[in-house]
Amino acid sequence: MNQDLFIQNLFNALTVGSLYALIAIGYTMVYGILRFINFAHGDVFMVGAYFIFFTVNFSIIPWPLAALAAIIGASALGILVDRVAYRPLREAPRISALISAIGVSFLLENLGLVIFTGLPRPAVQPAWLVDPIIYGNIRILPLSFVVPAVTAVLVLGLLFIVYRTRPGLAMRSIARDIETTRLMGVSIDRTIALTFGLGSALAAAAGIMWAMRYPQIHPFMGVLPGFKAFIAAVVGGIGSIQGAVLGGLLLGTVEIVAVANWPELSGYRDAFAFVLLIVILLFRPTGLMGEKMEDKI
Amino acid sequence: MKAANPSPISEPHALRNRLSTLGSAALLFLGIWWAGHNLDGYQTRLLNLVAVNAILALSLNFIYGFSGMFSLGHAGFMAIGAYVSALCILTPAQKEMIWLLEPIYEPLAEFMTPFVVSVFLGGLAAALTSLVIALPVMRLGGDYLGIATLGFAEIIRVLFTNLAPITNGAIGLRGIPPYADAWWNYAWLLATLFVILSLLKSNFGNVLKSIRDDEIAARTMGIDTTAYRTMAFCVGGFFAGVGGALMGSLVTTIEPKMFNFQYTFNILLIVVAGGLGSVTGSVVGAAVITILLEWLRIIEYPMDFGFIRIPGIPGMRMVIFSVVLMLIIIFRREGLLGNREFSWNAFYDFFGSLKKRPDVHLGHLLRFLRLVKKLLAGGQP
Repeated sequence: MNQDLFIQNLFNALTVGSLYALIAIGYTMVYGILRFINFAHGDVFMVGAYFIFFTVNFSIIPWPLAALAAIIGASALGILVDRVAYRPLREAPRISALISAIGVSFLLENLGLVIFTGLPRPAVQPAWLVDPIIYGNIRILPLSFVVPAVTAVLVLGLLFIVYRTRPGLAMRSIARDIETTRLMGVSIDRTIALTFGLGSALAAAAGIMWAMRYPQIHPFMGVLPGFKAFIAAVVGGIGSIQGAVLGGLLLGTVEIVAVANWPELSGYRDAFAFVLLIVILLFRPTGLMGEKMEDKI
Repeated sequence: MKAANPSPISEPHALRNRLSTLGSAALLFLGIWWAGHNLDGYQTRLLNLVAVNAILALSLNFIYGFSGMFSLGHAGFMAIGAYVSALCILTPAQKEMIWLLEPIYEPLAEFMTPFVVSVFLGGLAAALTSLVIALPVMRLGGDYLGIATLGFAEIIRVLFTNLAPITNGAIGLRGIPPYADAWWNYAWLLATLFVILSLLKSNFGNVLKSIRDDEIAARTMGIDTTAYRTMAFCVGGFFAGVGGALMGSLVTTIEPKMFNFQYTFNILLIVVAGGLGSVTGSVVGAAVITILLEWLRIIEYPMDFGFIRIPGIPGMRMVIFSVVLMLIIIFRREGLLGNREFSWNAFYDFFGSLKKRPDVHLGHLLRFLRLVKKLLAGGQP
């Protein structure tokens, strides 16, 4: 592999990895607190992409405001899902919540099919993000700089909320011991709603950027990225935000590098993540950063 | 010395119950014979789907409801059963027609077995795959097991899309001989019921339930929980493969895309709706959900009433079904039947009391009729 291609692949890996990381954070935060896989998370990501599509195309709201509106809309959806489908099952066996999550996931996908129709739609792509920068033989989209930068800002913001504010303290405390936290007078339901809101906002941000990278949106676009991001969260050590970021970047790199080096494997691309998952589960079930249990949020 | 194991024969009314079982099996086949002469193609297809879905639901219920392993890889086992069985029943001439882009892997081109053997081989292949999967993942518990099995199912799907010399790739297999008629499907359903009920009644079943209810306690009693769970997983995998094999012959066309997560979800819905840990529930759930799912298809087709046309709404069917699943899990977690089972003793007790105290039952009946009447009256404008 020559140097030009290497640089191009590096940026590709960084972009895809950042997107996986953003989605993975939502999985890891919910798992850290409620100990179940929020299957609907990948579909919140899809809804985020649709929200911006409709706000930009059917109103005069400028693009940046539309992105903000889509993110707020998606976090409202995340909170609503928790209120309707998960809160009634807090005391039930965790498997019940998991089945309910699968139900929500299929509901959102098929509701998307009913409302948006199965027709793939062109994504919203501001020109300054997708006009490639050409430098010698290297061809890079500005997106490849913007996505990791936005991801870094969002993750730092999230880490600030989790580690430096009182609601963040409540989240970390619930992850450690939910009953004691309740006794301390913390509103459990409100903190969990905040967790869902934050996770869904990040997923929507990822959905908006994903739609620029792969410019077609359809109701099932969230399924595979959702699974892969969950795997990234497990690989990084579920419950740890830093782990989710690391896992996402690792998964993005593995996918891009493997396909770049062995093009004959490209048909198996979607299986890499699952193979990685099984290898990690076998040799290090707590993930790369899963040892420090006190970091669970 | 071995302790005297109370054999099922020593139960009260054992002979009566056995005869009743045999009698109802005979009635079932009489019903199939009648159906073969009186039902149209669509109704027969529905009847067949009920049987195959019941087999699939029973196998998932055995893994999840009785052994407590959350498995989301059912579609993968089905795919293996369906492909292996299809490869065994397609004629060499058909194979030559199907594998156009890439030639078929040579030893498979001439290989053929009778249908019953093919289905069995499909189940066996699925069981072997579950063994291979179980060896690494059985140590995992709860959701991790679910996500790992889901991962394996996805890997199987990707493999099948790429291994064109064996599976014909993404195009799939067409023109699979439609051997799976109601006779075969219901015979396999009865066989599944027999094996699963016998296993559950045996010591093996008790061990599985003890592991499900409290794994640590079971291990303290000296039970090798991993070995038992692996065995249960393979039994479930076998019947999932059988179900897949029958399904393949029933729909005559299979492709890797068909065995996606949605398929596993449908089976899970049947198991949860019928009642986790109830064999009766799985069969009843299969009948109810299969018929409802087919019936709801109407919504997705355009309807023409002469004066008004309602366009079909694609996706609405699954919207309704995901809502149903969530309502069940939130408001009636135990499903239709919970973990209750049908038993002949309860059946005869009911009719016995009907004979002794007809007035009580007559009262129930009258009250029920009055309720129906009130509902009907209320329903009218």
